[in-house]
Amino acid sequence: MQTDDIILSVEGLRVSFGRGRIAVDALRDVSFTLARGRTLALVGESGSGKSVTSLALMGLLPPSGQVRAGRLAFRGRDGKVTDLARLDGAGFRKLRGPGISMIFQEPMSSLNPLFTIGDQIGEMLLLHEHLSGAERRRRVIEMLELVEIPGAAKRIDAYPHELSGGMRQRVMIAMGLVCHPALLIADEPTTALDVTIQAQILDLMRRLQKDLGMSILFITHDMGVVAEMADDVAVMYAGAVVEQAGVMELFDDTRHPYTQGLLSSIPREGRGRADRLVPIPGSVPSPFALPPGCAFSPRCPHARDACRLPVALDEKAPGHLSACIFDMPGAA
Amino acid sequence: MRSYLLRRLVGMIIVVFLVLTLAFILVRLAPGDPASLLLGPDATPEEVQSLRVRLGLDRPILVQYLTFLANALQGDLGRSLFFDRPVTEVLASRAEPTIFLALFSLLVALVIATPIGIWAAYRRGSVLDQTSITTAMLAASVPSFLTGLIFQRYLATDLGWFPASGYGGVGADFGTRMWHLVLPSITLGITNSALILRFTRASMLDILGEDYVRTARAKGMTERRVVLRHALKNAGIPIITVVGLTFALLISGAVVTERVFNLPGMGNLVVNAVLRRDYPVIQGTLIVVATLYVLVNLLTDLLYLAVDKRVKY
Repeated sequence: MQTDDIILSVEGLRVSFGRGRIAVDALRDVSFTLARGRTLALVGESGSGKSVTSLALMGLLPPSGQVRAGRLAFRGRDGKVTDLARLDGAGFRKLRGPGISMIFQEPMSSLNPLFTIGDQIGEMLLLHEHLSGAERRRRVIEMLELVEIPGAAKRIDAYPHELSGGMRQRVMIAMGLVCHPALLIADEPTTALDVTIQAQILDLMRRLQKDLGMSILFITHDMGVVAEMADDVAVMYAGAVVEQAGVMELFDDTRHPYTQGLLSSIPREGRGRADRLVPIPGSVPSPFALPPGCAFSPRCPHARDACRLPVALDEKAPGHLSACIFDMPGAA
Repeated sequence: MRSYLLRRLVGMIIVVFLVLTLAFILVRLAPGDPASLLLGPDATPEEVQSLRVRLGLDRPILVQYLTFLANALQGDLGRSLFFDRPVTEVLASRAEPTIFLALFSLLVALVIATPIGIWAAYRRGSVLDQTSITTAMLAASVPSFLTGLIFQRYLATDLGWFPASGYGGVGADFGTRMWHLVLPSITLGITNSALILRFTRASMLDILGEDYVRTARAKGMTERRVVLRHALKNAGIPIITVVGLTFALLISGAVVTERVFNLPGMGNLVVNAVLRRDYPVIQGTLIVVATLYVLVNLLTDLLYLAVDKRVKY
């Protein structure tokens, strides 16, 4: 893969919350790459650090959170590479919108209830393109039509509470995309929606990705959504990426024991009734009490003494990285 | 919307009617006979009796009540026993300092409280946040007569920057009269700013944690715009509520400040009227204040409507 095809490369991202003795690492070692025009799904259980990763990329960590180490190389549409870990407030403000946009999990509460949706989408154009009122309105209507909101010319003056959850998420998408970002971060954008609406929104995002030529970092815990949306998958466990591969490769040739456990604990098509779901024993370790070495080792059926030593992501097959001391756990 | 206004108006009429009734009853429950009080201890029983007849105090209570209601509806709140002038006239001549004092002190309170409240919420836990809360508690717990006296002593008497008391004397022009309201307004404003500050801070704290504030940040705007445009408008409703209530209270509750600064306002008037058993003036003040209270409340509710389109009546 050519390096200028990489739009986002995260290396060794460490984020901690709090200060001094009560500081705790929410992210220990997050590394993944996202290629131009592709969708990378960031997968993991709640608390694994998916959302913290996305907030760090946007520079939106709460005041108690801090990027301690790592390189977040982002390549904008102009080809310029920026290290997001070293960007200041003003730099992020310029980047948010035209560079990276984000849509959130809760469409019900993510829109400001006191402004019309036209106001809120148009504000992006005011901030980043300094367009006049009439010009903004034209572009907003165009955008609302693009995200398939019926009666866009009328809906532009609606308030969020007058729209359904699915419509609001379309508005959020319109807002995120109106400045043509190079990268869209979608933090569980369909989790709060009905299943049928969920499918529509995913469809829409796929179409817009093709039309507008953007890359998507898709954060989810839903393997069904991963199969539907992702080109590549990065699996997170306890604040670190443990495996990254192409989506088919990951499903068919799972390398990391955690990913194996994750996949066999969810129902899959084509699996017989006799094939029981296998839950992973134990629970996710608290960031205050991580085991030494591989964080998954206490729950891992293949764990050895060697697992107590630090382990890093390692290319096991072309384009397939796994943070496990075994190339193919369970095979030996 | 129209039916809402209609309902509110009917409600207001009922409230004012109840206030009229209450005013009538309360005043008659108080001990002491106004006629004998007016004439002093040296009056003969015959003199007292003839005054009672003249004032209508000898007639059955129901007749007194109905007469009172009928007159009130025609804008006649009776004659002051003490001033021997129509109550409406007495009240009108005392309304100006009270209303302007209420407005100015509210302005002072808002100017002090809103920026500090917003900033304290934004920098919660910081030194500024903690000092502002402590200062607010202090300001709220020091009674306004003490603040007023301190101001009079240092800013008026020692430095001579402001008039110490009064309302400029007879025939003073508007500017002079307003100039006399500066110290009272600051005094009252400081006391009231504490409550507004705490409300602003609490309300902003809630709003700053909302998802849409994060969305606003994600749009790439300045923190200033995030706070002042996206957060403050949402924090506005609780602030409007407390401002409305404060204003309504100020109309009737500036008694102490008016007395300290010797302002010829309604607060002073009503205290004296109570001491003099000047029933018609007490009743009149009650009615006017209650009506203003109801009006301010209506205005507050209408402001909600203007700010938040989700509010449906």
